[in-house]
Amino acid sequence: MNEESRLIPVATDQDVVRVRQLVRTVSVEAKLSLVDQTKLVTAASELARNTLVYGGGGTVEVARVRNEIRAGVRIVFADQGPGIADLDLALTDGYTTGGGLGLGLSGARRLVDEFAIDTAPGEGTTITITKWCR
Amino acid sequence: MALSPDESGRLADLLSEHADGLVVHWAELVGNGLQGRMSRPELERQTRDLQKGFQQAFAAGARDLTDEEAGELRAQLGELSSNRARQGFSANETAISVFALKDAVLGVIGDTSDAQTLRDFVAFSGFIDRAALFTFDSYVRVREALIADQAEQLLELSTPVVKLWEGVVAVPLVGTLDSARAQVVMERLLQTLVDTGSPYAIIDITGVPAVDTQVAQHILKTVVAARLMGADCIISGIRPQIAQTIVALGIEFGDIATKSSLADALRYVLGKNSYKVVTSKRTEH
Amino acid sequence: MERVPVLKIGDILLVSIQIDMEDQVALQLQEDLAEKIVTTGCHGVIIDISALDIVDSFVGRTLATIASVSRVLDAETVVVGMRPAVAITLVELGLSLPGIRTALNVELGIEMLARSRGEVWQDDEDEGDPAAVPAS
Repeated sequence: MNEESRLIPVATDQDVVRVRQLVRTVSVEAKLSLVDQTKLVTAASELARNTLVYGGGGTVEVARVRNEIRAGVRIVFADQGPGIADLDLALTDGYTTGGGLGLGLSGARRLVDEFAIDTAPGEGTTITITKWCR
Repeated sequence: MALSPDESGRLADLLSEHADGLVVHWAELVGNGLQGRMSRPELERQTRDLQKGFQQAFAAGARDLTDEEAGELRAQLGELSSNRARQGFSANETAISVFALKDAVLGVIGDTSDAQTLRDFVAFSGFIDRAALFTFDSYVRVREALIADQAEQLLELSTPVVKLWEGVVAVPLVGTLDSARAQVVMERLLQTLVDTGSPYAIIDITGVPAVDTQVAQHILKTVVAARLMGADCIISGIRPQIAQTIVALGIEFGDIATKSSLADALRYVLGKNSYKVVTSKRTEH
Repeated sequence: MERVPVLKIGDILLVSIQIDMEDQVALQLQEDLAEKIVTTGCHGVIIDISALDIVDSFVGRTLATIASVSRVLDAETVVVGMRPAVAITLVELGLSLPGIRTALNVELGIEMLARSRGEVWQDDEDEGDPAAVPAS
């Protein structure tokens, strides 16, 4: 069951900061532990920057979610950029096309409980991550 | 199945008319089940309160337990379960406290072949079933909360972080380390480093019977995290079997300092801080 | 765009990051610091990140670059005050910040810088400066 979700466009550096702040607020509302909040905000920061740098901008949607047992926070990063051709390679530690450390995708995946990626060359990228309360 | 308005009206009358007899009979039935673990006056007081609760709910026109008119009754049942759960009664004993009302009511109806009375009793019986299930549910919820609380308390009790020297803290780990506990220890230790400004931490695992890959990983991550924050960790008290396991599992402790005992670890840290441990001869005055 | 102030205290430059930095702000800080090291001739840099509630790979990389650039300019960098939750997250992220020296707080950071400067001076007094011997 989804509670109300909030959507922000990502087009500039400032928007990445805004994403971090929104994710922090929602994580606090969802009562994630401090360490889990920090992990989720960090993952969101990595992925929002990817949306901006590799996807040429897009949107980030943050929502509180709940399944039968637990509450959590779900974030969807969507862009209409070039997409990812070799997903396995992109998820490898240290691989980068943008001059970064190559930890964005692979690192973000380790910081969350659920990580789903939907992409194809020329069709943009959508990444959905979820962090559940312990 | 909900009661009809007439039925709940008649039940309210029945409960109020036979109030005293019902309470005595009901308390007796419950008392037998609890085998003297609750005093008779207390039991009668509780039963009387419950009897009033049912009576008032029916009088207000409650047709089912979920109705607004039965709100007060639900609160009473919830409180009953929570008390019983805390006092250590079983779920069975708690549910019987409600079920016994059926027998008590049957007792006051007496022998009857009146079809309407029978129908009323069946409807009433259904209502009681739902009330007992509700009680059971609340009981389970309270017990789960109790267990969660205790687990948390245990976790806190079992992970002390102590100051050993100026700038040196230690965590003596005792007992089996699971992933959840290892995580609590890790966070607690790192926070203590910040709070006390201690650049050295000793993790003593003398009291840990076994180490698996996950736990070893947690300890390693703690050491790396502490390093990122500017503190050094020393692991002490690694028993022979654990050392064997660590090697067998292929876990790389790398350049992390390990000492066989807490005393060795402390001596090592003091040495790094240019302290020297010497034995002094006792002088007599 | 906001800017992170760089303070000079004795032989040390002190940077206390108090804002959630945009990437551009972090890059600007990197430039400002290099500039300041040269103009002041300071030999130590302390970056206090105790107010940062996250450090992602971009900030991590910026800190590493600052440390490397400072070293080239003969200044030692110490990052101080990293929060436990941040450290745990960095470990999970796989960012170990090699080449960055860290301390728990500003005070310990200053001590660390004083000690390493002291060692450098001691090395200078020695006949054979180990750092001066070229690797064969």
